[in-house]
Amino acid sequence: MTTAQDTGTRQRPDAATVRRWLAVVTDPEIPVLSLEDLGVLRDIHWQDDTLMVVISPTYTGCPAMDRMRADIEATLRAKGVEKLHIREQLQPPWTTDWITGKGLAALQAYGIAPPRRSGEVRCPQCGSANTTLISRFGSTACKAMHKCEDCLEPFDHFKCH
Amino acid sequence: MNTAVPAQTQAADRREYALRLGDNALILGQRLSEWCGHGPFLEEDIALTNLSLDLIGQAQLLLDLAASQVPDDPFSDADKLAYLRDAHQFRNALLVEQPNGDFAHTILRQYLMDVHDEKLYSALASSQWPALADIARKVLKEIRYHKQHSGDWLHRLGQGTEESHARLQKALDDLWFYTPELFESDALNQRLQEAGVAPDMADIERQWRSEVEPAIQQAGLRLPESGWRATGGKKGHHSEHLGYILAEMQFLQRAYPGCEW
Repeated sequence: MTTAQDTGTRQRPDAATVRRWLAVVTDPEIPVLSLEDLGVLRDIHWQDDTLMVVISPTYTGCPAMDRMRADIEATLRAKGVEKLHIREQLQPPWTTDWITGKGLAALQAYGIAPPRRSGEVRCPQCGSANTTLISRFGSTACKAMHKCEDCLEPFDHFKCH
Repeated sequence: MNTAVPAQTQAADRREYALRLGDNALILGQRLSEWCGHGPFLEEDIALTNLSLDLIGQAQLLLDLAASQVPDDPFSDADKLAYLRDAHQFRNALLVEQPNGDFAHTILRQYLMDVHDEKLYSALASSQWPALADIARKVLKEIRYHKQHSGDWLHRLGQGTEESHARLQKALDDLWFYTPELFESDALNQRLQEAGVAPDMADIERQWRSEVEPAIQQAGLRLPESGWRATGGKKGHHSEHLGYILAEMQFLQRAYPGCEW
């Protein structure tokens, strides 16, 4: 009996442990941002013998979501999780307000202006707020292109969404 | 996906309605993707393909919803619906399948659809069909962003050079009579409206006109007057253009059924 329970416990890491494992899964387009920092990882729980991972898609057509799902699965399989279900949840819709403080700082350090609730776009190189929109769309669904009018560097802005 | 469905609606009706929405997004997205590598300048090339990507993502949600309504549907997911149906089985409005034409045609068509989508999905956000309401609230954020882009261009081209103005007016003259179809209401719309699933299209049309008409005037354009109107998409009666779109979009799955990569 005792052995069986031990096995059961070993097979069922708690949510905090799973969250820690998933810290290595990052946005393939912005590798400094983990799923948790991006606000995509919404819930982790056990439903009977199945580990349920609930994620919120960022943009509906973002191809990075497929990759993130595959990376979550590979990471958890490598940790020995056998029964796994990754569920996409649309409601409430993902918003850049869910990006963590750590995530915002990581974006900035990586050279991408983070979304600010005020709507202000600051140059990630020199910090100036004297910036101009070049294009509402950029290399990924989540970014727009801007230019700094002080240091003249072009840069990506993670759009408020 | 929330699988609860509103009482007093039929699965076939829900499937059909989700197809209309999903096919509009899919065909417009496919059209816009033709601009990849051909945009008037790099940033706009990227913008048009970003719009395309969002629309194809929206189509995937809506077509998966359509596919999940009727048990044993031979088109059991979004991919099968997109790649294996023939033209007469598509339910998109004729406007979205029209050729891209020049940039003025593309951006005007986009603006007309963006405002339509914004009004429609704002209403659908409170649909009694929970799965559809969830999708509506999700895609609305993307649609509003698209509208800022197409709306800006409407004004810039209309008030730009003589050339840009003339091209935009030509686009309006060519495309305007495809817009009434977007607001047509048939028996299906009526049934879903009564069930609180879909809005009154006359109301959506009023909202659309009250935004689009002043914007067109502010862009310095003249609204066309002739009375003809194109119709047929909801019944699967399409222009010859849809066949060419499908020939390209579906080629791989037709030639190599079930191919994955």
